[in-house]
Amino acid sequence: MTSLTLRLLNARGSVSPVVAFMVGLGSVLGVFMLLQLFNDPEIFIQTLAKSLGLGSVYAIIALGFVLIFKATQTVNFAQGGLAVAGALFLSFLVADDHIPFTTISNPFNDIPGPSWIGWGASVIVAMCFAALLGLVIERLTIRPMIGQPLFSVAVITLGLEIVIRVFNNDAVKIEFRSLEVPWGVDGFRIGDAFINWSTMAAMITAAIAFVAVYFFYRSRTGIAMRAVAFDQEAAMAQGIDVGRVFAIAWAAGAVLAMIGGVFATQPPVRQTLSVEPETATIAFRALPAVILGGLDSATGALLGGLIIGLAEIFAGQYAAGEVGWLGAGYPLIVPYIVMIIGLIIRPYGLFGTPEIRRV
Amino acid sequence: MLEVANLEVVYNEVILVLRGLSIEVPEGEIVALLGANGAGKTTTVRSIAGLLDIHEGDATKGSITWNGEDITNASPSHIVEAGITQVMEGRRVFAELTVDENLATGGFTVRDKAANAASYDRVMELFPLLYDRRKQTAGYLSGGEQQMLAIGRALMSDPKLLILDEPSLGLAPMLIEQIRDIIVDINKQGVSVLLIEQNAMMALSIAKHGYILETGKVVMDGEAQKLLADEDVQEFYLGLHGEGGERKSFRDVKHYKRRKRWLS
Repeated sequence: MTSLTLRLLNARGSVSPVVAFMVGLGSVLGVFMLLQLFNDPEIFIQTLAKSLGLGSVYAIIALGFVLIFKATQTVNFAQGGLAVAGALFLSFLVADDHIPFTTISNPFNDIPGPSWIGWGASVIVAMCFAALLGLVIERLTIRPMIGQPLFSVAVITLGLEIVIRVFNNDAVKIEFRSLEVPWGVDGFRIGDAFINWSTMAAMITAAIAFVAVYFFYRSRTGIAMRAVAFDQEAAMAQGIDVGRVFAIAWAAGAVLAMIGGVFATQPPVRQTLSVEPETATIAFRALPAVILGGLDSATGALLGGLIIGLAEIFAGQYAAGEVGWLGAGYPLIVPYIVMIIGLIIRPYGLFGTPEIRRV
Repeated sequence: MLEVANLEVVYNEVILVLRGLSIEVPEGEIVALLGANGAGKTTTVRSIAGLLDIHEGDATKGSITWNGEDITNASPSHIVEAGITQVMEGRRVFAELTVDENLATGGFTVRDKAANAASYDRVMELFPLLYDRRKQTAGYLSGGEQQMLAIGRALMSDPKLLILDEPSLGLAPMLIEQIRDIIVDINKQGVSVLLIEQNAMMALSIAKHGYILETGKVVMDGEAQKLLADEDVQEFYLGLHGEGGERKSFRDVKHYKRRKRWLS
């Protein structure tokens, strides 16, 4: 009882640091952005769109982390592997016209009419594949660990990441597999500012994912998942099948990872439109967003993703003169700096539950 | 009818907690299970509800039968579906969920929407207070309200047997009386009740039959009224002293422990 009272008091009393952090950071950035907007509107709009697009990709991946953490209380380190596995599967369907390791061709490529219909159908098939992959992994490696130390489960996911990555790289042979999207690297212009269609697609997908999660949390299964997250034993006592909740979370997490993996091959993340061994790092690039937002909060994943995306792209665009001596890759460390500052202010993330949990 | 026969439960493969426990809960009755700390009351509940697994516990001997079906190692969800629900010790409401969402978790096993709505109405009739707070976060309810919510949540699965683990824990005497009346009301609606309590006076005052547990065994059982009148029970569970007024030696009163009672 006391611990509960303390938690609620914490949750109420700690509103001010978040507001202070947000307002402080927001006002500094706001003034800076206004200056830039008047200075050179085209570059500013282009940068803003890019950063929101990248933030959306981070948010989608972060949401996968959050769903799995919410149900199982473990960070799933295998998200990167799952992202590449899903993107690879889609690449086989779209570019090679067959299912990996088989000669079964993809019937959706032969659908008459505009090519995006077949492409969309292939994406849905790939999503089903990702969900299935998540289910199988959960059943084989996570389910037997119910009630076991969370640290062991986290290490298992780390092992899985390496297994999946080696499988992707060596057995499937990634080597720049092309992953076509209907809109390619095309885009549209606002004035002189160029914005990629895939940037817009990432934002729309993130919005859809978050609305879906919002309604899912209020559904029968979603309530069960939140109950399991709060008190596993009490949830079991209500007749909730904890294993099923784990399975649903892993399936959803794997699908989100796959979607994030597909976006990781497109602008604004990369221009190559191909799956590479490097694509897997998207999960670790999104990790600061998850940690900053709070590991168990969907809202945190969205805002954390956007904040990190803004920080990374804006630092890349405007700070090159000051910190260019760090090398061309310096924007990649910005997320981690923001994460560290965020954690010092709010150790459990902006929207995380203020309760110390193991791993 | 619930029958627990010669149940032996071991934790971590070494700690023997229940040593041949046998109890019965006939249909439509209130049965009290009393005992001091560590007697094995909560372990008994866990065994019936199928929650031994996650506590590294194992039923090594004996059986639990519910209306003729062996449910000794059944899954918790199967047991709830079969009609046994428990109100856990310490309430354990989902503090981050609203009252309505808490009740929804209780009705998780019921797929029929109409049945769910009927259970909801029934709970709201029993606890009008919860209706006013149905949109509130459960963590902000008072202890008494949380206990009502925990009981309401358990009733959402429309159980035939309700197990209450220490419903009076941490509540004021007035609230304990209220909870007691609610238990009687629920029982009148045709739900059998297994009441686990340290508050023996409260439990025995409404129960038909009572069991007294010590170190994992039933050491005494009988009609509740008879137990209430029993000298030893009065001394050890009701805090009343015998005629002499002086505390007797523990060894003198424990004679019943050596009496042959069940199969032991």
